This record gives sequence, C-alpha cells and structure tokens, in this order.
Amino acid sequence: MSVWRDVIGQEPAVTTLSRAVEDPASMTHAWLLTGPPGSGRSVAARAFAAALQCPVNGCGQCRECRTAADGTHADVDVIATEGLSIKVEQARDLVALAAHRPSVGTWRVIIVEDADRLTERAADALLKALEEPVPRTVWMLCAPSVEDVIITIRSRSRHVRLRTPSVESVADLLVRRDGVDPPMAMYAARAAQSHVGLARRLARDENARIRRHDVITLASKIRTVGDAIDAAADLSTIATEESQASSAERDAAEKARLMEVLGADPSARTQPPHIRSQLSSLEKEQKARATRFSRDMVDRALVDLLSVYRDALVLRTGAPTALVNEDSRNVVQQVAQVLSSERVLVAMDAIGTARERIAANVQPLLALEAMALDLRLPR
Amino acid sequence: MSDLVEVQRRVPPLVLIAGPEQVLAERGLGEVLESVRERTPDVEVIRLHAATYEPGELTVHASPSLFGGDKAVVVHDLDEATDELQQDLLAYLAAPPDDVTLVVVHKGGNRGKKVLDTLKKARARVIDAPAIKTDRDKADFAMNEFRRAKRRATGEAVQALVDAIGKDLRELASACQQLIADTTGVIDEQVVLTYHGGKVEATGFKVADAAVAGDAGEALRLLRHAIAVGVDPVPIVAVLAQQIRQLIKVGSAGRGRSADLARDLGMAPWQVDKARRSLQGWTAEALARSLRAVAAADFEVKGGGRDPVYAVERAVLTITREKAEGDR
Repeated sequence: MSVWRDVIGQEPAVTTLSRAVEDPASMTHAWLLTGPPGSGRSVAARAFAAALQCPVNGCGQCRECRTAADGTHADVDVIATEGLSIKVEQARDLVALAAHRPSVGTWRVIIVEDADRLTERAADALLKALEEPVPRTVWMLCAPSVEDVIITIRSRSRHVRLRTPSVESVADLLVRRDGVDPPMAMYAARAAQSHVGLARRLARDENARIRRHDVITLASKIRTVGDAIDAAADLSTIATEESQASSAERDAAEKARLMEVLGADPSARTQPPHIRSQLSSLEKEQKARATRFSRDMVDRALVDLLSVYRDALVLRTGAPTALVNEDSRNVVQQVAQVLSSERVLVAMDAIGTARERIAANVQPLLALEAMALDLRLPR
Repeated sequence: MSDLVEVQRRVPPLVLIAGPEQVLAERGLGEVLESVRERTPDVEVIRLHAATYEPGELTVHASPSLFGGDKAVVVHDLDEATDELQQDLLAYLAAPPDDVTLVVVHKGGNRGKKVLDTLKKARARVIDAPAIKTDRDKADFAMNEFRRAKRRATGEAVQALVDAIGKDLRELASACQQLIADTTGVIDEQVVLTYHGGKVEATGFKVADAAVAGDAGEALRLLRHAIAVGVDPVPIVAVLAQQIRQLIKVGSAGRGRSADLARDLGMAPWQVDKARRSLQGWTAEALARSLRAVAAADFEVKGGGRDPVYAVERAVLTITREKAEGDR
C-alpha cells in the first residue's frame, strides 16, 4: 500500500518523484508535470504532495497521506478552474499564499491543476514567487505539454513527463479502485483511449455510453450536404445536453446553498439588492463554467469521432493494433470500406481543424458543419 | 378669459418624460424648459442625475431660496435611481412646494415604478418618448420633422434619407435640421441625394443577401460600407453563416408547405420563402463550399488570420463565385 498506487503506468516519473521525497538533494521548489489529458497529472501531483507530507515518505494510510490526496490537507492547496482561464487576481492570491510557512506539515504545497489555463498576466504574476520561493514551499504545475505554459515558467521549474498509460493498466485501476466489472472496465479503458477520468465515467454512466455510441454512428450516416448540416447540429445538441444535464442540478444546488448562507428567503419574489448582486455573480460564474463545459464536451465528442477514423485506418492498413471501437466494429468497417486511406486522412484533418477552430472561439456549430462536410461518405 | 388661457398654457408643476428614445426625451425636456422660461425668464434650472445623487439633495434644491425666484428641477434617469432618490421623490410628491417645476425623466423598466405611479396620480403631464425602431417609424419621424418646420418633403425624399442615415435617430434628426436650414422649397429626392448621395446604411444582412444573390460588386460595396461605418467583421461572418445554413436546410428539406417546413427547421415562414427564392442557381455542393469558406473566415476573423476584413471579403467573393458558376 503506497501513496503511488493510483499513479498507473508512470514508473519513470514515480521513480523521479519518490527520489525527490527521500533525498533532499533531489528536491526542488517548482515542478512542472506534463502529460496527455487523462494520464493522471493531478493524481500524480497529489500523490507527490502526500508523500512529501507523510512522515514515512508516502505510506498511503496515515492521516497526512489521506488528507493530501483528498485535497483537504491544511498545507496542500489545489487550484483548479472550472472557467476558461485562471485570472491574474487568483494568481496574486497564490503568491501571497506561497509566502506562508507550512502550518502542520513539512511543506507548503501549491498544486495548479490547469497551468495551461493561466492567462499570460496571471503567469507573469507567479514568476517571482516561482523563481525565489520561500523555504519549504513547493509549486506543482500541471499542463498537457511544456508548450502550454509560458517559457519563463518553464525555465523556472523542473519538468516531469507522464505518458499515456496502457489500456490494461487503466482497466486494472477501474477494477481495483472503483469496483467495475473487468469486461466493462476493459471496454471503458479502450473507448476512453486510456483517459482515466473519462474511462471511469463511461464505465459508471450509461447515458455517457449511449451518447458516445450516438457520436460514433454519426460517422456512417453522413452522405449528403443536408446530412452533414444535420449531423453537426446533432453533435452540438449532444454536447449541450450533456453539459446541461450535469450542470442544471448543480447550479440549482449552489444557488440554494448560497441563499441559505446569506439567510435569504428563497420564496421571495425579489431579493434585496445585496443578495441579488451575490446571486448574479454566482450566475456569471456558472455561465462561464457552462461555456467551458460545453466546449469540453464538443471536444470530447470530436475525439470520439476521431477514433472511428483512426480505427478505419488501422483496418485499411492491416496494422496489428487493437481497435478503440471494438464494440462498434460494423461502423468502423463500413467507413473503412467506402473511404480510401487518403479520404480517411482528410476526415481526420477536418476533425483536427474543427477542434483547433473551436478552441479559437469559432462558433462551435459553424466549425462542426465545415468539418461534417469533409466527413461525407461517397454515395 | 385671457387669464384662463394663460393658466392652461402654463406648464404644470409636475412633468414626467417616459420612454426609451433619447432624442424625443431631450426634445420634450427642451420644450418644457422653454415654456417655463417663457413665463419666468430668470428661472433657475437644477439638473440631478441618478448616478451621482446624494441623499437629501432634492429637498435642498426644492426648498425656498433666500432670494426667492422660481426653480425647475430636472431628475434624469429615474430608471437607475437609488432607493434614497426614490424616497426623496416620494416625500417631495407628498407635499410639492410652490414655485418649483419638477421634471422626471424615465427611460423604461420597472425601477422607480412607485414614483411613476405617484406622479401619474398627482396628475403630472406625461410626455411620451416611444422607441423608434422600424424604418416606417423613422420615416414618420423625419416627415414630422419637416412638417414641424412647415416644409414639404416628398415620400421618396424621406425614404432616401432613412436609407442613407436611418441607423441613428440623432443623426437623422440633425440631417433633417440641416436640410431644413440649407434648402428652400419642397424637399425632394434630388435634394436629399445632393447631400447624402452614395451613402447607404449597410448591415451584415444586406451584405449576406447580396452575396447569396451572387452580386459580387454590390456585396463588396455594402461590405466596405458596413466596415467603414463601424460594423465588426465578426457579426457579418455570423450572418453569412446563418444565411447559407438556412439555404442548405431548406434546400435539402424538399417540397412542402413553407409553414410546416418552418416549424420543422426552427425558422420563420418568411425565412423559408426567402431561402426558396434565393436557392435559384445554387447546388448543394456550391453551398457546401461556401459554408466551408465562411467557417475558415470565422477562424481568421477571430484571431487566426492577420486581416479580418480581407478574410470576410474573401468569403464573400467565394460565395458570389460559387453562385456565378451555378448560374452558368
């Protein structure tokens, strides 16, 4: 039982990090953990934090280990944003926090889960604190790749690279940690392409599986220009539905909770001004979160769609690799039969372009339509 | 007898100017103050703004001054009033002092409703300033302007004027004033063209209509106009995308009553009819290529390219070229 048990398939990174825990000479004040989405960056960062706080370097069972891994340890602060970016005000608060001595533990650990979402000004605000930290403060920045953080942050931190874990190790984790059936775990791990969080969601939420299946089958349905426009609309609806389903309940609960904290009467027709202003700022936050979430959802759907074409290419070239969509083999076969390898690549390019465009704030529907036009199957 | 007329002409001590149209509201306010000045030339005009109002200010200004004299207090933006201002106004209305004319300006909305109701109950004179939005309203407005100055203008002249500078009512009003001051006789289309010829109000919708119709010259001209008068490229691209999307939807939906189609496609019936007319000479493939060009332009407009205006122009030209090939 070790604190590293949930950091799967990352042996080289775990070796580096645990050596830093044991040997003060290998320790440094700022770490940059990079790896593809779902590879367990934040899990690794929390495990590292736990190991640092633990009196026996990461037993995984003591109070320090458990609270650090939960993110409730007094000296471990986890910063994750649900909006589109981390703003400079938040970054300044972090700098102030970093100047404090640890209160109960041996280190003050600040984990920034989405360092790639730091705005440029926010990143600049962190520089001084990163460069000349007070003793016993450790920064852990997580990002998909080193290119996602500005170069001045990169040069001030030590880089640890995580890799995509194997499908088997993700499935193992699902079986061991979440008690999922082994066949389901295998399907989910494969369909999620080793994205741990996504695999867990697919394994546990039937609606997520249905929505994924809907996205996959779109690939075999687009034939005419009209189909393409409809498919784009469907994709966009699937994403908004998923986003609404998961946020409506939570938004209402947050609002009720805020009203309770403020001592407001929920049944009042109009609220007094000071409560109204708090409510409207909460709504603004929720709206930013919804934007980010529905964008993430579209992106996820596009990654799912991309996997179909990847599989089609695997079939066409006869490569000895497992299919991501083993369960929807008929769709993949159909696509592989009617599209030449070149056309498959064009389709994959189109999906990539759409993702890039949506990230650059192009109307999602328009980007999806342009993409769907390139996914048409010949009649 | 003459006394009676005098009493009626007199501005009542309470005036409410209600409505969102600023030009009309300002004009109403000007007229009220004018007629107050006619009666008492040395009236002191005090203007209070909701945003900078300090509690008690109204009472201070409304109380009799040591030197006597009449006062006119103008309260701007009752619709943004703080609670203090509203309370002070209600207190004032409960016992209005003599020799003070109170003018309250309210742009709309529910804020300050109680004050509005009390004003109306106290039989304040209400001057309406309704919103002027449609082209017909604007034409009526311009017509009225000329009539007030006892000038005759032809219908075509008014139409040309609204087409040229109908977007901003203030601009329209001052253009009317200019024509009244600078010209003599009947104002006809020729006179308007002399002053405002070649100027057209261009919106994204007009650009899109011209582009979809395949009229490259007209589309580019409108586009340049739109950019020149400050329309952002982003909404123009959005409108282009919307129009082409509608054409594709209607084109692939097949026959059927336009009302049914409109319901199925989530469009208005007139949009379906318009799309059907525009579909002449378009093929599905040509529409597909156009939509792709628009998507590329949207990316460039939002920071993916160096020159947003050029990106829109290229998209417009792609659309007109596709249409021209279909017509051939």
